[in-house]
Order: sequence, then structure tokens, then C-alpha cells
Amino acid sequence: MNSRRLTPTRAVWAVVLTGLYLFLLAPILIVLVESFDTSSYLRFPPEGFGLDAYRQVFANESFRAGFQVSGVTAAATALLAMVTGVPAALALTRLRFRGRSAIEAVFLSPLLVPHIVLGLALLLILAPIPLTDTYWGLILAHLGVTVPYVVRTVSASLVSADPSAEEAARTLGASGLMTFWRITLPTIRPGLFSGGIIAFLLSFDETVISLFVSGQNTVPLPVAVLQYVEYRSDPSVASLSVLLVLLSVVVVVLVERGLGLRRTLRSG
Amino acid sequence: MTADSVPAKAPPAPPESGKTPTRRRGPARLALALLLPGLLALLLTYALPLVWVLRMSLNEAGEGGLILQTVSLATFADVLGSGHYWNVIGQTVELGVLVTFFTLVVSYPVALFLARTTSRWRSLLVALAVTPLLISSVARTFGWMAILGSQGVINKTLNGLGLIDSPLHLANNLTGVVIASTEIYMPFAILAMISGFGRLDPALEHAAASLGAPRRTVFRRIVLPLTLPGVLTAALLVFVLSLSGYVTPRLIGGGRVFVLATEIYDQAITSLNWPVAAVLSVLLLAVFGVVITLYLWAQRVLEARFTGPQEARS
Repeated sequence: MNSRRLTPTRAVWAVVLTGLYLFLLAPILIVLVESFDTSSYLRFPPEGFGLDAYRQVFANESFRAGFQVSGVTAAATALLAMVTGVPAALALTRLRFRGRSAIEAVFLSPLLVPHIVLGLALLLILAPIPLTDTYWGLILAHLGVTVPYVVRTVSASLVSADPSAEEAARTLGASGLMTFWRITLPTIRPGLFSGGIIAFLLSFDETVISLFVSGQNTVPLPVAVLQYVEYRSDPSVASLSVLLVLLSVVVVVLVERGLGLRRTLRSG
Repeated sequence: MTADSVPAKAPPAPPESGKTPTRRRGPARLALALLLPGLLALLLTYALPLVWVLRMSLNEAGEGGLILQTVSLATFADVLGSGHYWNVIGQTVELGVLVTFFTLVVSYPVALFLARTTSRWRSLLVALAVTPLLISSVARTFGWMAILGSQGVINKTLNGLGLIDSPLHLANNLTGVVIASTEIYMPFAILAMISGFGRLDPALEHAAASLGAPRRTVFRRIVLPLTLPGVLTAALLVFVLSLSGYVTPRLIGGGRVFVLATEIYDQAITSLNWPVAAVLSVLLLAVFGVVITLYLWAQRVLEARFTGPQEARS
């Protein structure tokens, strides 16, 4: 197995795998190519290459408004999901109490419910209040599906963190809150960050639930794109997608950098 | 810390003497305080809304979008008595089965390769396989529209090569939805498989091969059984995701592919017939229940085979 010779079996494997990877990446490659297309509607091969479609994205009012709605919603949702999810993760990993595994299951159960059903459910409950077509409605709608991810990521980092430092602080007389603030929180900071980022990205990307609870006034970006694509197909959607991918890559890299930088500062 | 050993089902036991009661009641109270905000959030944004759906499914729709507050199964009877909805349910399940099958077929070789390779490109290849998850399914579906449409990449290329005269019908039908959905769920399946392939030990394959087993036998007797749990998890994940998928059937289906998800949306938003939308949601949840029960059963069967016949039968 360790020999690197090119046998017929290996060649077949290579061809099959290349084909499968091409299939997997095909829509992304097409989106990338089309984002530079200068024609006003989708065609292949592109007529010419330019940045027209990118200019169109910035000129599109519904995309700009959608970006703002999604950004504000995602930030607020991530914050609320952290505020409610982190204490729960702490209780589930650090405390022993009756019914713990049942409550753990409760916290993961929203992942099993289809978003189309949750969307309808939230419409039915938010419409009479009335919170549909508002920021609060969107935030509440996204909260239920982001909390489980926060609980999971933060729990994972709490489990892998060594609790002996916490115990040492406790025996030396630190209060529970003090121990959490000075010992636990710094230890699990990477887990907290990734939990927050995941909640943000999930909320920013949430389409189906938003479709039900958004209206004319607060239209999040994915819903705006969906409505756009349903009636028109021009390269600006491709450019928008490329910009969003770049944005999420930048966010991930910045967080990675920020955490790494802070760590080196602390150890130095 | 002894409370952990108390089974969850046990009735609240009287505090045993000799143990410090403050230490036992303290954590419980603290736990409740810590859990309360999260539980409240889930209650308001997930549990209560689902109860509302159940309640709504027992109502009836009146004239002109009116909702009659009843407690009856009339809407269920209407939906289940209509051929149209049976077609929708049938097409939803058919789409789920087809997409799951094709996703497993295209994901398995990739996952197997990524699980076994020692190449220094491994992490790059894993990243490439998972990258699509970073990109919204609306954007990827848009990409597939550009590939599958009558003026799309495939038809233009085949036409340019002179292989076809009239464009192939790859969009606005079930074929297109299956192709695009397969790609959209592929990264989920690959991830689920890789993490489920934990039992795959190359030493076993080496042993089998050195004992003279041909490649095909090694695969059938060693690799396949050891990877089945991962495949099963991936199958559940993809099936459940595609049962409730909305974006791809809507966009690639072009209004001609009716599944439960698109029907729920249309009834709720376009027709404002909330009772029927609620009934369809309850039916979708019922299908979910059946699928998850089947999964748990299959998992038990596999576990029994793994632990060996003697242990399983004892």
C-alpha cells in the first residue's frame, strides 16, 4: 500500500475521484466564471469578462437592504444564542443533576425538525403578536436553530478543557463566578468564538425559516436572492455569491488570526 | 457528585442522611438557573410554535382565508382523501430515496479515499470537499441552473460538439432536482461518512490481503462492513435533509416539481390556508418519525452483527 507506483487500479481511482470532485465543485466553478460575465443574462460561454456584474450587486437596492437586515439579525441572534446557550453548556458539562441527559437531548432536538415545519410554526405564532416582518421576529425565529449549535460547540470545548484548574481555584477560595470569569472563560475562548461565528453564519444564511417570517419591509439577503433568482437570472447573483464567500473566508481567517495573536501575546 | 448515579427515571428520593444536603441541592439549583435562559429560548422559539402547528392542524379552513377554530380531523381527512396530496407525498419520498441513493454512491469513494489516504494533500482535499458548505444553497442551486438549463453549460457543450440537436430536459423536472440536490448534500454525506469510518483500521486490510484475500473480498468482508455505520448515518442525514428541502425543488423544479416543502409554503403564504399547511407539516414530521425509527432499527441490527452472533443472541 505504501508504494507510490502508478498501477491501473490507482489510475482508475484517480480518474473517478477527479470526476467526483469536479461534480462537487461544478456549481461553484460556474458561479465563479459567470460572476465576471458582462452579458445581462446568464449564458455559457460568457460573452466577455469584466466587473459589470459586481457593480450591479452594489447598485441593487434589495441586495444592499438585505445585507443590512441579515447582518443585524445575525449579530443579534448570535449574541442572544451565546447568552442563552453558554450557561446551558456550562450546566450540562460541569454539573451533575437528575435528568441531565434528557435535557441535553432537548437542547439538540431542534436539529431534527425540518426547517420548513419550523418556518410555518414560527409564522403561526409570530403573526398574531404581530412580529412577522420585523427584526425581532427574525431574531426569535433564528434563535431556536442556533442555540443547539452554540451549546454543542461550547460543550465540546468545555469537555476538552481540564477542569482541575477550576477545582484548584475553587479550593483556593474563588467563588463560582470568579472561577468562571478568570479560569473557565479564558480556557474555552476558542470554543466561544467558534460558537458565536457558527451562530452568526447560520443566521446570515438561513433561508427557509426567514421566508415565512419576513415580509415586505425586512427581507434578509438569502430571501432577497431567492426572490431575485425566481424571476431573473443574470450574473449579478453569481458575483454576490462570490463576494459572500470571500466575506466568510475573511471572517474565519480574521478570527483564526485574532485568536492566535492573543494567545501568543499571553504566552510571551 | 453522587447524584449522577441516580437513574433519571427514579422518583425524587428523600435526602439520604449522612451526606451534605447543601452540596446536593446547591448544584441542582445552580443548574436550573443556568439552564433556564436556554430552555426558555427553546420553549418560545421551537417547542411552543410546534404545538401551535399541531393545534392548527385540527382547525378547518373556511371561506376566503377564514380559519375555523375547531378540534376535528376534517382537514386531515380532506388532505388524505385527495389524490393530489398523495402524489406530493409520493414525489417527496421518491425524491428523498433517489437523492439519498445517488449522494451515497458519489460520496462513498471520496470519503473512503479521504479516510485512508496518507497523501500530504489530504487536508487540502478534505477542505475542498467541505468548502461547498460555506456557500449558500441558493448560490449553488443558481450554479446548477446555469449548468442544467436549456441554454446551460451541458446543453451548450453537447450542442457545440454536435452530439444533440434539441436541448436535453435537465431542468424544470425531477431529474434536475435530483442532480442538484445530490451535489448539495454531498459535503454533508462525506463529513458524516469520514467521522463514521472510525473503525476502519488499515491493519485489518493488510492482514486480510497478506492472508491471500483478493481485493474484492477484502472490500466486501472488511471495508464495507466496517464503513456501514458511517454510510447509515450519512443516509439518514441526507434523506432527512432532502425530505424537507425547499430551495432546490423550487428553483430547479421551476414550479413543476411538487414536494411537501413547496406545498407547505404555497398553502401557508400563497393560499393562506394554514390548517392544510399544518396538516402537511404534521405528515412530514410523521414521515421523519418513520425514517428515524427505521434508522435506529438498522443501527441495532448492525451493532448486533458487530458484537458477533454469540454476544448478540445471549
